Amino acid sequence: MTALIEGRTGQWEIVIGLEVHAQVTAKAKLFSGAATAFGAAPNSQVSPVDAGFPGMLPVINRHVVEQAVKTGLGLDAEINLVSVFDRKNYFYPDLPAGYQISQYQQPIVGRGRVILDMPDGATRTVGITRLHLEQDAGKSLHDQHPKETYVDLNRAGIGLMEIVSEPDLRSAEEAGLYLRKLRSILRYLGTCDGNMEEGSLRCDCNVSVRHPGDPLGTRCEIKNLNSVRFVMQAIEVEARRQVDLIEAGGAVEQQTRLYDSIRGETRRMRSKEHDHDYRYFPDPDLLPLVLEQDWLDRLRAELPELPDAKKARFIAEFGLTVEDATVLVAERATAAYFERAAAGRDAKAAANWVMGDLFGALNRLGLGIKASPVAPERLGALIDLIADGTISGRIAKDVFAAMVETGAAPGDIVEQQGLRQLSDTGMIAAAVDAALAAYPAQVAQYAGNPKILGFFVGQVMKATQGKANPAVVNDMLRRKLGG
Amino acid sequence: MALDKAAVAQIAALARIRLSETELEPLAAELSQILGWFEQLAEVDTENVPPMTSAAAIGLPMREDIVTDGECREAILGNAPRAAPGGPAKGFFAVPKVVE
Amino acid sequence: MSSLTSLNLGEARAGLRAKRFSARELTEAYIAAMAAARPLNAFITETPEQALAMAASADARIAAGGARPLDGIPIAVKDLFCTKDILTTAASHILDGFTPPYESTVTDKLWQAGAVLLGKTNLDEFAMGSSTTTSHYGATENPWRKSGDNRPLVPGGSSGGSAAAVAARAALAATGTDTGGSIRQPASFCGIVGLKPTYGRCSRWGVVAYASSLDHPGPMARTVRDAAILLGAMAGHDPKDSTSAPLPVPDYEAALSGDIRGLRIGIPREYRAPGMPGEIEALWQQGAEWLRDAGAEPVEISLPMTKYALSTYYIIAPAEASSNLARYDGVRFGLRVPGDSLADMYELTRAAGFGAEVKRRVLIGTYVLSAGYYDAYYLKAQKVRSLIARDFAAAFERVDCLLTPTAPSAAFAIGDHSDDPIAMYLNDVFTIPANLAGLPALSVPAGLSADGLPLGLQVIGRAFDEATVLRVGEAIERAADFPTWMPGTRPGMTE
Repeated sequence: MTALIEGRTGQWEIVIGLEVHAQVTAKAKLFSGAATAFGAAPNSQVSPVDAGFPGMLPVINRHVVEQAVKTGLGLDAEINLVSVFDRKNYFYPDLPAGYQISQYQQPIVGRGRVILDMPDGATRTVGITRLHLEQDAGKSLHDQHPKETYVDLNRAGIGLMEIVSEPDLRSAEEAGLYLRKLRSILRYLGTCDGNMEEGSLRCDCNVSVRHPGDPLGTRCEIKNLNSVRFVMQAIEVEARRQVDLIEAGGAVEQQTRLYDSIRGETRRMRSKEHDHDYRYFPDPDLLPLVLEQDWLDRLRAELPELPDAKKARFIAEFGLTVEDATVLVAERATAAYFERAAAGRDAKAAANWVMGDLFGALNRLGLGIKASPVAPERLGALIDLIADGTISGRIAKDVFAAMVETGAAPGDIVEQQGLRQLSDTGMIAAAVDAALAAYPAQVAQYAGNPKILGFFVGQVMKATQGKANPAVVNDMLRRKLGG
Repeated sequence: MALDKAAVAQIAALARIRLSETELEPLAAELSQILGWFEQLAEVDTENVPPMTSAAAIGLPMREDIVTDGECREAILGNAPRAAPGGPAKGFFAVPKVVE
Repeated sequence: MSSLTSLNLGEARAGLRAKRFSARELTEAYIAAMAAARPLNAFITETPEQALAMAASADARIAAGGARPLDGIPIAVKDLFCTKDILTTAASHILDGFTPPYESTVTDKLWQAGAVLLGKTNLDEFAMGSSTTTSHYGATENPWRKSGDNRPLVPGGSSGGSAAAVAARAALAATGTDTGGSIRQPASFCGIVGLKPTYGRCSRWGVVAYASSLDHPGPMARTVRDAAILLGAMAGHDPKDSTSAPLPVPDYEAALSGDIRGLRIGIPREYRAPGMPGEIEALWQQGAEWLRDAGAEPVEISLPMTKYALSTYYIIAPAEASSNLARYDGVRFGLRVPGDSLADMYELTRAAGFGAEVKRRVLIGTYVLSAGYYDAYYLKAQKVRSLIARDFAAAFERVDCLLTPTAPSAAFAIGDHSDDPIAMYLNDVFTIPANLAGLPALSVPAGLSADGLPLGLQVIGRAFDEATVLRVGEAIERAADFPTWMPGTRPGMTE
């Protein structure tokens, strides 16, 4: 899915690489024992280690290492049994020690891949260059005071996984798909909650343009994009800016830029102008990280089934379409719900109910699937009631609405409200006869206009409060109308 | 390796140390002398020799994922030359404004 | 001079336990001695009230029969160790007013062992120096003076305040740190014992960092036995320091059996530095003889990489320091010089806050790590460091420890070498290799120069074999008859 830009001098291809910073889900920080919970009072979740006080030293959190390895395994990547922590040196108020502990030449995870589920059902593989662990910085607030910047170090030292993609993406849409898939994988693994609004997932975007077939153009980095929508917008805006610049005779300068969503433009970032010399060197307070192969094997064995495997299994075991399977596996909780609802019954029906009525109700109520008022087994029971003819599909929708409202079991609702489908041929026959008797003119029209059948079906359904079995009604009417 | 004033000024900028014009010349001379002294290391054959970052011959020790620190705002802010005072800014460090 | 302050640590400990005097009396004697020694400027901060409170607790414990290993022992602490709620400066203007909300692991262990804090001693700023003349708080004077010469001398550095305090009997013992010789060289200049333990033996948590892979906290005391006792209290694994050795602490005092028969003592030929004073060479040979007389076997060995150690150190240490000192930026603690912009504030604060030597090393360190120079300098130095470590490893297959001089001269006058950084750096020529290799090394006062100044001999051992190093050091101490030498009892010394 390449989205070429039409320029005056021809077509332009956009080349995109994404660097995602994912906050590692853990109780404590990467190198200190302070807490990581979002939204705490400023500077209340800060250890003297995080604040870069004199004499303080880092000690690595085993769980954070595990999370990074699991993520690497989930990205089908090489895990480096030996990796090294390096200091990245620069000055900024939210970087208390004047250096960030990161990984430079020997990261914990090497090459991997993410498979994109394209809208047309095909897949496209995007390469991962590497994943490394590093400390998050604190937060600088520039808008609290006219002349001062305020600094909160709560976030300083939280473990981040920096996940770097190969420059394999070719459109804003692909970038969106990649981010969503990556987020899905991270959430499946439980290694990052993927919450972009809270900042647990941030994206920097490298964008360049070229005529198809040409070598890579000069890229610009757009930093700190905190929603998928903004990532996609920023890419389009920046690509257009570069095309216009080149076609006007200019050249793209390598620089760092910010996206202004209000103005819909990217702007050069002033503070990053000087100082690209980070003087990386191995952190002498930390020895190389050496992972044991058996530990790695155990982690691999304990990985949950990931979206791609689950999708393939849903297609094979449940006969779902690629599109349906893709939607259902996007969130682990949704896939689990679907499987329980589909167990031992028509999977396609279960899929339709989940993706249709259930998603609709959850969206309306602003709930996630884990908070669904309808349990998957109960949805399954509802589907059974349709399958065995107890109720019609039409009535089932009303029953479902009642289930959402009351949380009651479908069978109970059907009984309480007397919604049982009428299949008693005697009673239906009586209603049919009554309808035919009431509208002799329409009866006569039937021979020339078979669509009149629908009118009579409607009458019978009205007379039976919608409970008559539609198949039986149709059948009986046809015979009596003489066809 | 000889350093001139411009090179010293550049290093000082990286290190965020303001040097006066009069300091640059003597520093350039001193630093050049020290760097010249380092040239002797070029005589050492270090082909296939691994670099030594630490004298500690142990693996990297790891800690458990439990919260053992933090919740000590007074201790963290207690030495701050300019911590933002009361009102909505309470509890922050304060520095001259950074323009993005 | 109080007779109480003439007791060494082992003797004072025995006296306290036998209740010949109280911890309070001992501490009061040292508080007075500390005050009397003020002209030396060995202390940045005196803590007499704290000391008396700690002595009172020690007395209570001793009375109740539950004495801790160092109960009541008055210790001076180099002002590089963070002491909770007590001013800690690293002898730098940039840490003005800094009061740590935490205690360093090493000093915490000392207080847990019952020791008493007399005060924080002076040092070269951020431990960068060999003379204690770069301190923001002024130079410290060596209690020793040359015969017939009134000029004040340096105590050595960077742990010059600790060395002077111990030598002047203003503290019973002291803590120091040694990154390129900063415990051993001042010990040699002041005529006391100084031990740099194996890297990782004593925790660095809470010690203001200079060069992380080279910093070693360690004891400074009057006798080898005293140093062994103090080391036992300072050493131990610290889970808060990732480079801390996860090894049990042996009983170093018990290891002083006095028996060094059969030990092979390496004499590295490369430590015969060109231009080395004849009297130091003579003392070194004398040391080898003493050890031979005690039953050990001196063996000439070679450490071919020795001459590259200084350059290697002066690349690696400043590089690490340039990064470790980036946190001194006026934001969260210490000095802040106001500026219109953030960049101004950083630059003006650091320009005003750091002294000349610190600036020099930060600039060198920044340069050798910078793009285009990293491989030629820093990476190269790291590789040479490996070779230096290999030299020692090879030597220790043939011998059990090494004997060398500690310093290439006796104490010099305050003001000498002050305008020649490299001349100053050469003070560390014998001590630096043991820091690069992380090996334990001890300086023992072994003799006097022609001018009547102390000269030390150095014993270097295998990793974590402080016991052998101390045992050999004690043999030198016995032979050299050192303990009776102190300012005031030998000709040419100040009172």
